[in-house]
Amino acid sequence: MLEIYNACKTFNPRTPNAVFALQGVNLIVEPGSFVCVIGTNGSGKSTLLNAIAGTFGLDTGSVRIDGSDVTHWPEHRRASFIGRVFQNPFTGTAAGMTIAENIVLALRRGQSRGLRLALNRNLRNEIKGRVRRLNLGLEERLDDSIGTLSGGQRQALTLLMATWIKPRLLLLDEHTAALDPKSAKQIVTLSREIIERDNLTTIMVTHSMQQAVQLGDRLIMMHQGRIISDYRGEDKKRILTNELNETFEMVRRLDQLDESAAELLARSYV
Amino acid sequence: MTLLVGALTIGLILSLLALGVFISFRIFAFPDITADGSIAVGGATSASLIVAGVDPIPATILATLAGIAAGATTGILHARFKIHGLLAGILVMTALYSINLHIMGKSNVPLISQQTLATRTEAIGVSLAGGAETVSLWGWELRIRDASTLTAAWIVTVMICLILYIFLKTNLGTAMRATGDNPQMIRALGVNVDNMIILGLAISNGIIALSGALLAQYQGFADVQMGIGMIVIGLASVILGEALVGRAGIGLTITGAVMGAVLFRLIVAIALQWGLDPNDLKLATAVFVFVALVIPHMLARTGRKLIGAAHA
Repeated sequence: MLEIYNACKTFNPRTPNAVFALQGVNLIVEPGSFVCVIGTNGSGKSTLLNAIAGTFGLDTGSVRIDGSDVTHWPEHRRASFIGRVFQNPFTGTAAGMTIAENIVLALRRGQSRGLRLALNRNLRNEIKGRVRRLNLGLEERLDDSIGTLSGGQRQALTLLMATWIKPRLLLLDEHTAALDPKSAKQIVTLSREIIERDNLTTIMVTHSMQQAVQLGDRLIMMHQGRIISDYRGEDKKRILTNELNETFEMVRRLDQLDESAAELLARSYV
Repeated sequence: MTLLVGALTIGLILSLLALGVFISFRIFAFPDITADGSIAVGGATSASLIVAGVDPIPATILATLAGIAAGATTGILHARFKIHGLLAGILVMTALYSINLHIMGKSNVPLISQQTLATRTEAIGVSLAGGAETVSLWGWELRIRDASTLTAAWIVTVMICLILYIFLKTNLGTAMRATGDNPQMIRALGVNVDNMIILGLAISNGIIALSGALLAQYQGFADVQMGIGMIVIGLASVILGEALVGRAGIGLTITGAVMGAVLFRLIVAIALQWGLDPNDLKLATAVFVFVALVIPHMLARTGRKLIGAAHA
């Protein structure tokens, strides 16, 4: 479904602020697979997601989705394959437009947009029905501007919008990180329901070890722009939160070792 | 009375300018100075064509197309060549000054004794009135000619408003509004943001050029200077409209822009009547826009202070 070969990306190259965000990432995701991605801050997990979505081009490497080489496709063209939920609930919806209008925008993801009226009675009823199933009481507020809703409500609608037309690939970018615990739990449950119902190929970046352990059938850990561990199948089912924390701790110590060792060497020799 | 009707008619014609500014300024949050050039290109194109013997209707349509081309150019400079929006508008506006001089061949084209949309509607009005010179409206004596141009301006404005309203409710129009609201979101939903900006600015400047074409035909001349400061008048109208009806919903905002344009023209007419030096008109307009932009923030701040004081 998704094939990434030797993806490299450096931000601000050839400057003192150069960030080596991806350093040769290889990843193949099978259809129907649900991959969780964890990693320290700056490990490149969000960069990986953005590279798949086409927010920027790669320095080297290639991305294939469902057999098509999309490496040089702009973001809006890749959107025909990809449904996306962002970390910031404000990013996924247009605040000044109504709930119904926002959903209608998502209904034509990856299709041409012509001069037909965006909303009609049938469509309204369909939207009402599917919004009602979110159990958030938003079906009576379809004409309210989406900016009046809470972060959790907006994120639920973004999820609904991203999956309304079944995407070949669903990208979730820490989509519960900005929510309160209760809303986060609701969104996780909703995500799981939708992904299982439509058997969606999903990549979810998360900060939460708990989510990483509980969700998905594959777990990838990233560090300094590389994939450092990849648990799947029985390994993934067995893994526990504290094991992940230990791995993190080990990685962190290794980093510190680098720095203190360098300091030691510097003190002795410089 | 003639003065009032004249102010209303010009107000309606300039409400098209306000609609164009509404698209660039409010939908895209893009301060598009091309407006100053495209209103003049509309006037210049229609006037030159009419003088050359072209029928006023195709002349007006061609003038609108010239505005569309101007807006698309600004859009391309901004979206494709990544030039800052304000600068892209300035470049096109400056270029249009020379282009307008070329179109007209001189700096001013009079339309006296030419057949224009204005003379045509006056003729229709007179024939409908059966040759009467004036009509009585609630006790006011109104010249048929003035009444018919006012009615025609009103019909054109309502039509453009309706078309714009319906367009903004289509799939394409909704995507366009979302582009201004949240480009990141609409890109993720498969819309080419660059194309939307180019299309939006083309439509905006097309409407503005139409306004210029109608203005030239109504006032009886086109002038290369007729666009100077027009963007500020458009802004003043949009802001005034929002103060009148608020910003809830597209229909209201469009109506507000028209009301704002007409009201603004009436205020200008009254101010001139009371002895405002016409030379100070642009200064007064600029000050008005400044005050209108600043006052809401000041009110909100003092409001917060008052609430804060009440809590303390």
